[in-house]
Amino acid sequence: MASRKLPEINASTMADIAFLLLVFFLVTTEIDIDEGINVSLPPWTDVPPPPVESQDRNTLQVLINSRNQLLVEEELADIKDLRKLARDFVMNNGRNPEWSDSPQKAVISFKGDVGTSYDMYIQVYNELRGAYNDLRNEMTRQKTSGRVARYVDLDPTTRDSLIREEIKIAIPARLSEAEPTKLGGK
Amino acid sequence: MLGHFKRSKKATPAISTASLPDIVFILLFFFMVATRMRETEVKVKQSLPKATEMEKLEKKDLLSYIYIGAPAESYQKEFGSAPRLQLNDRLATPEEVIDFIATEKAKMRPELQNAIIIGIKCDKDADLGILSDVKTELRKANALKITYITVKDSRPTR
Repeated sequence: MASRKLPEINASTMADIAFLLLVFFLVTTEIDIDEGINVSLPPWTDVPPPPVESQDRNTLQVLINSRNQLLVEEELADIKDLRKLARDFVMNNGRNPEWSDSPQKAVISFKGDVGTSYDMYIQVYNELRGAYNDLRNEMTRQKTSGRVARYVDLDPTTRDSLIREEIKIAIPARLSEAEPTKLGGK
Repeated sequence: MLGHFKRSKKATPAISTASLPDIVFILLFFFMVATRMRETEVKVKQSLPKATEMEKLEKKDLLSYIYIGAPAESYQKEFGSAPRLQLNDRLATPEEVIDFIATEKAKMRPELQNAIIIGIKCDKDADLGILSDVKTELRKANALKITYITVKDSRPTR
């Protein structure tokens, strides 16, 4: 009696069931790969903001028109040169009398048009943000003697937070965005 | 020759498939962990621009999405081809953003409500006009943290 073998349960359909479940999950879910450029908007006020002083040497004016052309300080520019231009402007430290006194005072003011394409807008924003990020990263490497490569990798919970604060004060990375002009609307 | 044929006629032992379910279950668990449920059907065109300066979005519970783009082809008869925005499952106007933010905030824990992040998934070919309208409404709704969802640019940095 005790030596009688139990009949084996056929497990071959188990694979089919598992495959069905797998297919169900493949169809109804998506792999999350989202990355984004973070932006802080200014709080809403009913009073329109004061116009940006374009003659001020501490303001770099970047304009994009409805045909996606780029104008930097009233001169046509190419998107490829924008990062270097922004960088030179911020790190001018008073050398060129038309550019900023110091990175603390430098502001990049940026304005599109309602007809500007989102692609162009993101490219320009990316380059301007990239110029600031590059500067901050370089300073990070300098301050940590190459131990930390990027500013965002400075851990705010350790002593690196001091370096982080220091860099934040040295390069405030001010990027101001104005309401787009309404010349090229459809 | 003869011997060869004789041998091939012998029944080969069946390969045990008992471990197949285990393998499939491992795959299944991987997908259950690595993915999340599709919440909305995107009804607007979505070809995201490329960028290099983005950060990973880690706080998923704070994130709500707004989609902007021209309606997909099957919806163009109804909604035209001008860029529109999509909130949850339907196409909306910028004025509806305030209500949308209010409902999204209501879903969150009270202490986190002001830390809401709006992920903007905007099509490359959309123009700045509609984006600017949405941003104005977001400012009015006091949802000031936004993030432009972009795709990593694989070209070497300039």
